[in-house]
Amino acid sequence: MSYKMTRDIIKNSLVQKIEELSGQNVFDCYQCGNCSSGCPVVDYMDIMPNQVLRLAQLGATEDILNSETIWICSACLQCSTRCPKGVEVAKVMEALRSINLRKRIGTLDPKKIEIEDLQNLPPIALVGAFRKLTG
Amino acid sequence: MKLPYYPGCTLKANAANFEEAAMRVMKDLGYELQEMKDWVCCGTVFSMTNDDLMLQLASIRNLLRAEEQNLNELVVLCSMCYNTLQRAKKFITEDEESLDKVNDLMYKENIRYKGSVDVTHLLTVLKDRITFDRIKEKVEKPLSLLKIGGYYGCLLLRPKEFAIDDFEDPTIIEDLLSSLGAESIVFPYRLECCGAYQTITKKDVTIKRTYEIINSARKSGCEAIVTSCPLCAFNLDQRQKETAEEFIEFEQMPVFYFTELMSVALGGGWDKSWSKLHYADPEPILKEKGLI
Repeated sequence: MSYKMTRDIIKNSLVQKIEELSGQNVFDCYQCGNCSSGCPVVDYMDIMPNQVLRLAQLGATEDILNSETIWICSACLQCSTRCPKGVEVAKVMEALRSINLRKRIGTLDPKKIEIEDLQNLPPIALVGAFRKLTG
Repeated sequence: MKLPYYPGCTLKANAANFEEAAMRVMKDLGYELQEMKDWVCCGTVFSMTNDDLMLQLASIRNLLRAEEQNLNELVVLCSMCYNTLQRAKKFITEDEESLDKVNDLMYKENIRYKGSVDVTHLLTVLKDRITFDRIKEKVEKPLSLLKIGGYYGCLLLRPKEFAIDDFEDPTIIEDLLSSLGAESIVFPYRLECCGAYQTITKKDVTIKRTYEIINSARKSGCEAIVTSCPLCAFNLDQRQKETAEEFIEFEQMPVFYFTELMSVALGGGWDKSWSKLHYADPEPILKEKGLI
């Protein structure tokens, strides 16, 4: 028996949401790994950036939404500039963060910032973190 | 000649040395950075989600204010302001519906934003309008014997459409340093992220970044590095304290803003108050090379 697997069958509503927020087609990725090899913080990630794309293609959205990876990414855009297929991986990461943040998951708790840091941090760091890590 | 100038928050606080030095240097070169009126925060980081236009308002409001003041350009010093303003402008102006919506959100403003203001980084002004040859002629105290690496980080180069130079192999900072008489050194980690805002939530990541970037510069022979981003400066300089606690063999390295070294070379000198805004003391190396 032959069975034709199409993206409509695999693509669940969360994958659609990721594509809508990021403006990227996750099915464009062909797993060359350029994004992961260029990522400066990949050694802190539990899933590599190319694996995030692969899991999204397979509809395993819960795994990526719950990953540490999306919070390690600092949106430096190295992955986006090096993707031979033009997938802006950093935008996919941002979409994944946003889906969580809009449910108040992963938001920055100001009380957890060390006092010494609060006295020394430049506005650029505080505003940047609050903008990236609030819903 | 006057250049309309957008400072951004951090240049009025932790990076006051960056701005003060820029003012001195530009005056020496026959220009005046004229601060625009009524500016607000640029938004700091560009929001990459497609559906929330509210997150673009901070950036766009500055560009609207510039239009209101009949400015056709804003010169910026901070890499993050440069990047965020550019990307917000493109995101909003390339789509008519977004432009309309953003204007509706800013209904209390006196005018409607059109998208006519260009954003230019000071390094581009130095390279294209003043030229490095002209800067070389104005050098009074060449930074000879100073081995220094240019650190670009992310936001001067990515996304590539807003890169101020080749996004994978830039030379603009090295060329500037060479024109000041320094020995400019290309080091492997010069285009890599410093960890940015993770300095708050994932401090260990930033500390490791600082360790790797500073060591990469040192192994390539740098005695100091220069940057144009106050957040890179914070992570690579101020975080050296924690980096030394984490990695016992770590050695400090001064981190300069490019305008500070320009001031020294062009005869504007070094202001003692700038040293207080640094963690790794920049004075010993400057004294050793007979520059202050």
